[in-house]
Amino acid sequence: MDFVNAIILLLNYIFIPALSYGSQLALGAIFVTLIYGILRFANFATGDMMSFGTMFVILFTWYFQSVGISLGVLPTALLAIPFAVIFMIGYMLIIDKFVFKYYRSKKSPPVQLAMVSIGVMFVTQAVVRIIIGPSDRRFFDGEKFLIKAGEFKEMTGLNEGLAIKSTQVLTIIVTLILVSTLFWFLNKTKTGKSMRAYSDNEDLALLSGIDPKKIVMTTWVIAGILATIGGALYGLDKSFKPFTYFNNMLPIFAAAIVGGIGNPFGAFLGGYVIAFSEILLTYAYRKFFMYVLPESMEPDGLVQLLSTDYKFAVSFSILVIVLLYRPSGIFKGKVL
Amino acid sequence: MRKNLNVIAAYSIMMGLIILVGIFQSWNIALSIFNLCLISAVMTMGANIQWGYAGLINFGIMGFTALGGLAAVLISVDPVQEAWSAGGSNILFSLFLIIAMVLVVRYILKNYKKSKNRTYIVAAIIVLGIVIIRFISEPGIEAIENVEPAKTGFLGGLGLPIIFSWVVGAFFAGGLAFVIGKVALGLRADYLAIATLLISEIVIAIIKHEDWLTRGVKNVIGLKRPAPYEVNLQQTDWFINLVEKFNSSKLNLITDLTERQTALNQLVIEGSSVFVKLCYSGLFLVVVIILLILTQKALYSPWGRMMRAIRDNEEAANAMGKNVVKQHLLIFVLGSAIVGIAGAMLVTQDGLFTPGSYRPLRYTFLIWVMVIVGGSGNNFGAILGGFVVWFLWIEAAPIGLYLVNLTTAGLDDTHFLKVHLIESVPYFRFLMMGVGLLVIMRYRPKGILPEKIEIK
Repeated sequence: MDFVNAIILLLNYIFIPALSYGSQLALGAIFVTLIYGILRFANFATGDMMSFGTMFVILFTWYFQSVGISLGVLPTALLAIPFAVIFMIGYMLIIDKFVFKYYRSKKSPPVQLAMVSIGVMFVTQAVVRIIIGPSDRRFFDGEKFLIKAGEFKEMTGLNEGLAIKSTQVLTIIVTLILVSTLFWFLNKTKTGKSMRAYSDNEDLALLSGIDPKKIVMTTWVIAGILATIGGALYGLDKSFKPFTYFNNMLPIFAAAIVGGIGNPFGAFLGGYVIAFSEILLTYAYRKFFMYVLPESMEPDGLVQLLSTDYKFAVSFSILVIVLLYRPSGIFKGKVL
Repeated sequence: MRKNLNVIAAYSIMMGLIILVGIFQSWNIALSIFNLCLISAVMTMGANIQWGYAGLINFGIMGFTALGGLAAVLISVDPVQEAWSAGGSNILFSLFLIIAMVLVVRYILKNYKKSKNRTYIVAAIIVLGIVIIRFISEPGIEAIENVEPAKTGFLGGLGLPIIFSWVVGAFFAGGLAFVIGKVALGLRADYLAIATLLISEIVIAIIKHEDWLTRGVKNVIGLKRPAPYEVNLQQTDWFINLVEKFNSSKLNLITDLTERQTALNQLVIEGSSVFVKLCYSGLFLVVVIILLILTQKALYSPWGRMMRAIRDNEEAANAMGKNVVKQHLLIFVLGSAIVGIAGAMLVTQDGLFTPGSYRPLRYTFLIWVMVIVGGSGNNFGAILGGFVVWFLWIEAAPIGLYLVNLTTAGLDDTHFLKVHLIESVPYFRFLMMGVGLLVIMRYRPKGILPEKIEIK
């Protein structure tokens, strides 16, 4: 029985949270990797673009709530996402037209584009803070838990409860749908294939008659969808705070590089690699050992490898290890 | 002379603006802006030699600044004897173990061929070492943090004059830069940016949460000063006489003796804080000038030419027999060390160390805006960028407020839009910085004072 308890404990505190956190990171990482692969620069405005999209989701959610529209057990935000995505795509295309296009046509080095993205970061951050303010916002409504810890205990008679938040399940399902559609798009449709061709070899792609304008626009559209949904899912699961989103950029970048930058599938898995290692290393295993080990061997301390304050250190260490041993990432991305 | 006309013009406009602030707001504000401008200038010089001379992106400026600040604490605070006796030995032993571990790993890496076994053994040593070190240091840390947690709760420093920390801060920052550079240099420029961004967050996390070393978010206050204290100044005769002499015309107008005395007291209080700020300005100015001379000399030396060659065409420089990675490492360490000096200067000026206040936007990206706006590759430009951007950063709030009031003049004072906008005035500075950066990068990509290389 103790063993089952231990498994439930790990499921509850490690596996499910890591799976949903990993999905959120994965969406961000695919966003980074697409921009890197096709537009060829590291986008330092990633976190703020995500918070920008989430801001629209929140605004629409508030509007729907005030009008009295809701989805019942599901969060209203789901209804708001499509509208927010439209605004977000508009914003992305405007930014591209007025900022990035110039440097692209001039064929500026990627470093300069990265620097320009810092400018975009400042502007986006300012706009988000001016419109919605820097404070913590929760916009979740609907049923909070799919399975409550207490109910689970009653049902199974175990000591350990398993609580599954509806946002966690929602995150995983939405991510799976979104990512599989994306991969289908990239691998099967003509536009997707031409995007991959463009990312692989720009000159050759242009020679074979691929329209670069269309490619760039499609990239921004996909990026807008990914950023909004990824940001909204993170905000639903935890809460929305512009500064947190800015900081989320770090594990997202780590995920993209670990997966092999420029490789969407690598970025997808990279998100989970980062999320699982972050949570596995910062979880306090004391209770787990109390279940598994005989009483005489129970540990005194928390048995925590790293305190949660150092979660960035986990991303960084993985990044360093990957850079040292496989500079192109786990799943070969661009050879850098 | 004519060639440098734009430099002189730009600097005189900048000084004029600061003097205007002094006349219209107060000399206190003007001098504090000036001092922070000088500190920013040191930071931009550090970032500029990395970006402008060598094309390296360092997004970890915040981390190096914080390390400089840490140096100020560790050098100037008096040692806490009880804490040392409570847990000092454990900490020292852990430190010894860390050094031993690094040496063993180095030895293995040097003397054995690359193989799977070697990797496993190194990994095992590191993991085992961390576990042992945690076991040894934990009781020590706990004991130290329990020594009067409200007042000390940390090991304290060496009790030396705080000026020394400017050098030590440079060594701290340079040391960290060496480690990062060893890992991340030689890869793409963007990777260095991401790696430094991550490591600066880690540095801040360590400083925030290792209370035994830094007191963490409890802050260290009342650091020693290289300048006199206001309270002492207000009681020294020569200073009172000086203030009296400076303001004699104003004071002579007042006939009543008691009134004259209160007016004088007021002037002395104001004057003392201006005097202290002037002392800091003098110290900072010395640092800026020394660094400026050194960086200018370096820029025009054969070494500077080599750096530019590496920046502009890495492959060609490599083919000419220049060791690109080694030179990059050198310049990365040098630049970071300069940023470390600035960090120590900042804490020296504030007299307190608040780890919670290190935010990437203020300490990393703002510095980058300064470098880009000022003119990368040109030291005078970088310093000017530090001045202009810091000035705007401070004065953005009043300007933003004025603009909001102007645009919403037709609205009622309680109108929700107006209230909302006035509440969000502090964020207009981000908008201003972002737009400024984008405009400069688009229309004047080389900055206000572009890089100009003359062959002498």
